[in-house]
Amino acid sequence: MQQLADSALDLRADFPIFERAGRPLVYLDSAATAQKPRSVLLALEEQLARRNANVHRGVYPLAQEADRAYEAARERIAAFTGAEVRGTIFTKNATEALNLVAYAYGRTNLRPGDAVLITELEHHANIVPWQQACAATGATLRHLSVDAAGELSLDELDRELARGDVRVVAFAHVSNVLGTINPVTEICRRVRAAGAVSVIDGAQAVPQLPVDVAAIGADFYAWTGHKAVGPTGIGVLHGRTALLEQMPPFLTGGDMIAMVTLAESTWNELPFKFEAGTPPIAEAVALGAAVDYLAGVGMENLRAHELALTSRLLAGLASVPGLTIHGPAGADGRGALASFTIDGIHPHDIAELLGRVEICIRAGHHCAQPLMSCLGIGASARASLGLYNDVSDVDALVDGLERARGVFGL
Amino acid sequence: MDDLYRDYILDHYKHPRNFGDLEPHDVEALEHNPLCGDELGVQIRLKDGKIEDLRFHGHGCAISQAAASIASEELIGLPLEEAASLPADWIIDLLGIDVSATRRKCALLGLKVVRTAAGGDGWPV
Repeated sequence: MQQLADSALDLRADFPIFERAGRPLVYLDSAATAQKPRSVLLALEEQLARRNANVHRGVYPLAQEADRAYEAARERIAAFTGAEVRGTIFTKNATEALNLVAYAYGRTNLRPGDAVLITELEHHANIVPWQQACAATGATLRHLSVDAAGELSLDELDRELARGDVRVVAFAHVSNVLGTINPVTEICRRVRAAGAVSVIDGAQAVPQLPVDVAAIGADFYAWTGHKAVGPTGIGVLHGRTALLEQMPPFLTGGDMIAMVTLAESTWNELPFKFEAGTPPIAEAVALGAAVDYLAGVGMENLRAHELALTSRLLAGLASVPGLTIHGPAGADGRGALASFTIDGIHPHDIAELLGRVEICIRAGHHCAQPLMSCLGIGASARASLGLYNDVSDVDALVDGLERARGVFGL
Repeated sequence: MDDLYRDYILDHYKHPRNFGDLEPHDVEALEHNPLCGDELGVQIRLKDGKIEDLRFHGHGCAISQAAASIASEELIGLPLEEAASLPADWIIDLLGIDVSATRRKCALLGLKVVRTAAGGDGWPV
């Protein structure tokens, strides 16, 4: 427990949700969406209350202020994730960012005889766009398997790449079900050596790990604001600018053009080519405040805190009779979450019984039905941690699980 | 005790009535709850247009399993045509518990699959 004491963060006072009236909230669903610190809420209000104007259009001072706030957020976000500013595109969420790549890169470059490689542990957001891109282009969709420890095999990756037809490899940085932290840098290196393009779903990684997109060597890296203590409605795609330059636009309309005649148009420069229409301005500015908050805490500190809590979570869960934890054995190779099942209680019933005492966990297929099939289960319960969680939350969960077993006469 | 997980609900969950395979059968259907991935199938044998026997199979939470189990006892003997249009309240009333909006589809899954097998369509309302 020494490690826990040394690394414990005490940030709950920064998050107004925990001031809710009633029974104290035990929030263990940060992998679904994170709670928001006050600074993010203030940034959102500040932008809408005192700096509201459309961006990239007005010449008056208020509009320039809005412009500066929006672009400054982009710069801070790019710095936070080690990405190029011109290659940092605001989207609605990670799903839209992945669709942008699947449409503007995938559908443009894939041909019959080409292959797209995904993995069994993907979220639907990194499966369905590739199914559609393959259906539209005649390319083939293949996948890497997940082993019993919840991990991918680099040997299998090599075998797939050696077939010579793989053009795109799309994979999660951190699994939203198993928590597996994939060796993204090594995967990207091998993908690039094979002449293919890497697409990483970083939705679960950016909120909990130090992420450096350039160091990872990713061609495309997608993530979402609301899981990273930012607001909903804002996501980010980091793309290699050399690739983005060659790609056609995804969505078209205002702001993404250079010149429009009634017959044809030319495209704006990066990153604006991929931001059609009025963007989520306040949300982008608030996401800037969110990464400021995370940087202020320090991602290394955050990871150390969550790692210690995850160890306690795994130990606590392991003490519950009849409980099976899915995914990597220890805390080191996994993100701050654990999916589990309990003999004799369906995950929905676990979540329902915990919910009655304000313990919030997720139950279901977690938008990863192929992975659930691999695991041979229809659903699992998932507890996921955020930087505001502490030992009492983990202990309350374990206690709640014992009581749930009691209700079911186990 | 608990308002949702009453003894008879848990009893039906742990010891579901009319679960398994039914051979031969005349009609069958399989339905999913897209929210949670639960899966429930039914096989029905008919006699003179009425449900002579039926079996459910699949996996799901206590509410969906108990609802199917309780419904199975009431469905036998019912004209198939009638089963195709049974309303949501039929199964909610049989369950006898206060089902929240988020668990409503769990409760209705068993009825939905029976309606589908009987030629009906969609979630019961």
